[in-house]
Amino acid sequence: MSAAVAAPRRVLAWSVPVLAALIVLPFVVPPWQTVLLSYGLVFAIAALGFNLLLGYTGLLSFGHSAYFGVGAYAVAFIVKYAKLESMEAFLLGGIVASGLVAALFGLLCVRYTKIFFGILTMALSQVLWSLAFKFFWVTGGSDGLRVPTPTLLGGLVRVGGDKQDFLSRRYYFYVLAVFVLAVAVMWVIVHSPFGKALQAIRDNETRAEFVGVQVWHYRWVAFVISGVFTGLAGALWVPLNGLTTPDILHWTFSGKMVFFTVLGGFQTFFGPVIGAIIFNYLENWAVGYTVYWQMVLGVVLVVLVLALPAGVVGTLRRLALRPAKAT
Amino acid sequence: MDLATLIVHVLNALLYASVMFLIAGGLSLIYGVMRIVNLAHGNLYAFGAYVSAWAVGRALGTATEASLWMYALLPVGALAAALLGAVLEPTLLRPLYRRAEEYQLLITFGLLLILEDVMRLVWGPYPLQASALYEALGSLTLGDSIYPTYNLVVVVVGGIAAAGLWAFVYRTGFGVVLRATSQNMRMASALGVNVNRVYVQAFTLGCFMAGLGGAVIMPQQGAVLGMGVDALILAFVVVVIGGLGSLEGALIGALMVGVVREAGITFFPEIELAVLYLMAAIVLFIRPAGLLGRA
Repeated sequence: MSAAVAAPRRVLAWSVPVLAALIVLPFVVPPWQTVLLSYGLVFAIAALGFNLLLGYTGLLSFGHSAYFGVGAYAVAFIVKYAKLESMEAFLLGGIVASGLVAALFGLLCVRYTKIFFGILTMALSQVLWSLAFKFFWVTGGSDGLRVPTPTLLGGLVRVGGDKQDFLSRRYYFYVLAVFVLAVAVMWVIVHSPFGKALQAIRDNETRAEFVGVQVWHYRWVAFVISGVFTGLAGALWVPLNGLTTPDILHWTFSGKMVFFTVLGGFQTFFGPVIGAIIFNYLENWAVGYTVYWQMVLGVVLVVLVLALPAGVVGTLRRLALRPAKAT
Repeated sequence: MDLATLIVHVLNALLYASVMFLIAGGLSLIYGVMRIVNLAHGNLYAFGAYVSAWAVGRALGTATEASLWMYALLPVGALAAALLGAVLEPTLLRPLYRRAEEYQLLITFGLLLILEDVMRLVWGPYPLQASALYEALGSLTLGDSIYPTYNLVVVVVGGIAAAGLWAFVYRTGFGVVLRATSQNMRMASALGVNVNRVYVQAFTLGCFMAGLGGAVIMPQQGAVLGMGVDALILAFVVVVIGGLGSLEGALIGALMVGVVREAGITFFPEIELAVLYLMAAIVLFIRPAGLLGRA
């Protein structure tokens, strides 16, 4: 009981100052920094969803680009066919579309674990990628689809003025609000009895089944929640990027999601969030620094796997806990 | 459709199947023995293509006509890929065998990113071509159609590789050790098999096949950045259909993928790739171990 209360209190102790810093940030740093951080926060939402499967359910998906991409393309279709420009409609569309696709794909995938699960999720995401790539009269092919800056909060916040200004102030706060909400919801999910059941399945599937956990059903629900979080991130990402292309459906984008989750540390709640934000800075820096940025990312990943398998947050936490254990 | 057109379609299907078997057979062999899914496998195929293209390009120099001996340079790419594999396995993969398979997948993903850029660094961003080798063999006339003779060479090389690999795995002493390690690594180790050596040999052989695939198809397609990543996913389709770890399965999977690709390009080009991935998903759904795989 005391541990369950103490954990949120400890988290609140540092998350409140961090949140305050994030709110003040746009008034201190140049606009491009804020836009860059927005990308990081969006990827962090995707990482939260991804890690519900990897860290809490023990399933490594190599096809989460599918749900990110479906969220993004749902927004592009809403603009193209329904002629709507409301961000709330975008988010709703992204959540519903990615939820439906995840529900369908999940039905197929959750019967398997380990490498078969990974390959099946990858094959299904590649189906969507090839469709987006080939049906250019619907999806714009490799040119993608443009998405204009949306209206926020049902028109209360108007677009007006400079796009950079819009993205670095109003849209940043919008992303931040959705991010905080997503973190809170995911925190509740993983600390609920449902979350505990997922961890039981991860640690010992047979034993979990024996105590009455319906394994495939729990996995399927986790899969859908995971897909919805990733789809929500996709929907938030499009207005930021202004364009959606088949690249975000390709399996290498799924690989990046795995990358930043492991970079932060998938055995912790906040690890993937930190990992996504660090990865975003790392990738941005590498792309600007050299044309061989993939090599930089690859070397970081190899070193990480060999030397820091617990990830940044996991390693820091271990270092922080070590003296406490000694006494 | 007349007979000549049908023959051309069949030959094209066999052409795809040959290259796919060389790539997927290596991938499957590596998984069968080491239980590692090598995401960088496609890059070894691309590496083979690049090295061959480079070697042939140096030999051609300013000449536009290819001489017969230059075909002997193609296997250089396969040997280079094998050498690269022999270096990578002990340095990067060996430390990870005791860890969860997530880490093994991730390190090969990191390797994919690195190799992709190494090729960009060494050979530049533009495709390398050696089409002189492709054109020098001329073409055959089949009814109203003409068919490049070089494509037949690729089909023959694929066939020989399949037969050679079968003989190697089922008719040699090394093959026995390989299959024993694949079936039960601990038992093989207890009986005195040097598992580390078998692993590096299996990995090298798998990389050799991928490099050979890249080398033989290179005169027709050139060596292009990104060819490895594309090939990897098709190789996955092949091994998932045939069964991870099964060589016979890789052969059947490659033939199926070859036929569906050729039919797809002719009849349903928009959904050709989608149909292939769906095939893999359906097979995995019905028979998770693949058509010929062990569970």
